[in-house]
Amino acid sequence: MSALLEVRDLTIRTGTGRALVTGLTFSVARGERLGLIGESGSGKSLTTLAVLGLLPDGMTASGSVVLDGTQIIGASEKTLAGVRGRGAAIVFQEPLTALDPLMRVGRQIAEPLRRRRGVTGAALRRAVAEALERVRLPDPARIARAFPHELSGGQRQRVALAMALACDPALLIADEPTTALDVTVQAEMLDLVDTLVRERDMAVAFVSHDLAVVARVTDRVLVMKDGHAVESGDVHEVVRAPREAYTKALVDSARQLESALDSFGGAQ
Amino acid sequence: MKRRSPTLWTGAVLAGLVVLLALVSLVWLPYDPADTSGGRLAGPGDGHLLGTDKLGRDLFTQLMTGSRIALEAGLGSVLIAALIGVTLGVLAAYAQGWFDDTLSALLDILIAFPTLLLAMLIVAARSATLGSAILAIGLAQSAVVARLTRILVKRVLAQDYITAARTSGTSWPRITAGHVLPNIWPTLVVNLALQFGLAVLAEAGLSYLGLGAPPPNASWGRMLQEAQATFTTAPAGALAPGVLLVLLVIGVNLIADGLRDVLDPTTRRGRAAA
Repeated sequence: MSALLEVRDLTIRTGTGRALVTGLTFSVARGERLGLIGESGSGKSLTTLAVLGLLPDGMTASGSVVLDGTQIIGASEKTLAGVRGRGAAIVFQEPLTALDPLMRVGRQIAEPLRRRRGVTGAALRRAVAEALERVRLPDPARIARAFPHELSGGQRQRVALAMALACDPALLIADEPTTALDVTVQAEMLDLVDTLVRERDMAVAFVSHDLAVVARVTDRVLVMKDGHAVESGDVHEVVRAPREAYTKALVDSARQLESALDSFGGAQ
Repeated sequence: MKRRSPTLWTGAVLAGLVVLLALVSLVWLPYDPADTSGGRLAGPGDGHLLGTDKLGRDLFTQLMTGSRIALEAGLGSVLIAALIGVTLGVLAAYAQGWFDDTLSALLDILIAFPTLLLAMLIVAARSATLGSAILAIGLAQSAVVARLTRILVKRVLAQDYITAARTSGTSWPRITAGHVLPNIWPTLVVNLALQFGLAVLAEAGLSYLGLGAPPPNASWGRMLQEAQATFTTAPAGALAPGVLLVLLVIGVNLIADGLRDVLDPTTRRGRAAA
């Protein structure tokens, strides 16, 4: 069976020729959940943008990215428009900038729904309400009429998730979707993403700098540093027995944080 | 408009005064604009509210028709500036590489090019009419509007919600109409209001130099020029159009200021978060 996403020897360069990602190769099978982990600036987010042909102006990608049978690198805008949404959709880190501040939330979700399912009018309104209910938002009718600034960070991120899911993508790319949220909201959000993708047998590429978060929602993990893949493998294997020094350092620091909490554990 | 802005209201009243004069002038004027029966440089009173000019024409009548010309100049120029400027600005923002560079260079040249020289060229090619003046002012302003639009659009295009819209396969025309234009609109409309005031001033300037509406059309600028020689003996002729010009421009600028308060999405967001 061919993979849903096949990235081979991906290199991303800036306009001045500096390589930000070099020779990256990985794949995501249908329904598989991959974690991309690494510190800020390691090229994780750029990689996810390259997957949809959405690199910022001036940046160029070389190598091969095949998403759902379509070669993304060098593809025309028309080809890209066809595969985006259906092939993959993104949830971004910052929920405030991911939503248009001047457009009611309902309309923003309606856009992809209308295009994907061809529904209009009352049926579209119903579909929007369902989409909001699916991400566990209370009172969907009220939320649909709200502007983004009238919602809390957690609610906004759920709306962004609903928008991405409205495209019914084969691959959901989550780019640090919980980083900007409160810790308690983070956990809910992770559970929600986990449940929803399992329900739909959707593949996920989960980008994070937080090993604990990635371990919770993915099967396989790819560790990146300075634009290179450092290590990849089953998430449990990697956490239990990291082979590379950098991965080991990541795991150790995650454990240290946890044991710092454990030392208070007895008091509870 | 739910929020009251005192600035906006003050501005609306001041500019509204001029609009009222212009509207009334369409249906009623105290004298025929060409009526020279008033006696030369008569003082205020005696049937002439503000007196007469050196040809014996009623000043208040000229002020009223002049307000129409001032508003036409402002509206016409801003319309031209908005149409050309926003179109070019959006195109330049979407374009990358040489097209963007070329367009930006052209806009910089046009901005550096004196409006007066542009107006003289257009007047030479056509003739000295209000239309020529409006065209010249509109073209000069379109460069400013285009440059602002380009920057505003670029800033919106860098936002995640544009990437999100592209991710779901939304076409560029839909993104432009649905996301880009609504988001640059508040800033743009404030700038256009300011441009309106500048256009009114520019038209008065061009008319003063004889490059605007030709006689007997009473542009405020031309009234100022005609009254210049007799300013010490009959100051009303220069003061009246001058005062109205100031009122209109201040009014429009206050409206622009008020619109900024009312339309700015960041202040709106700030209020909601508080």
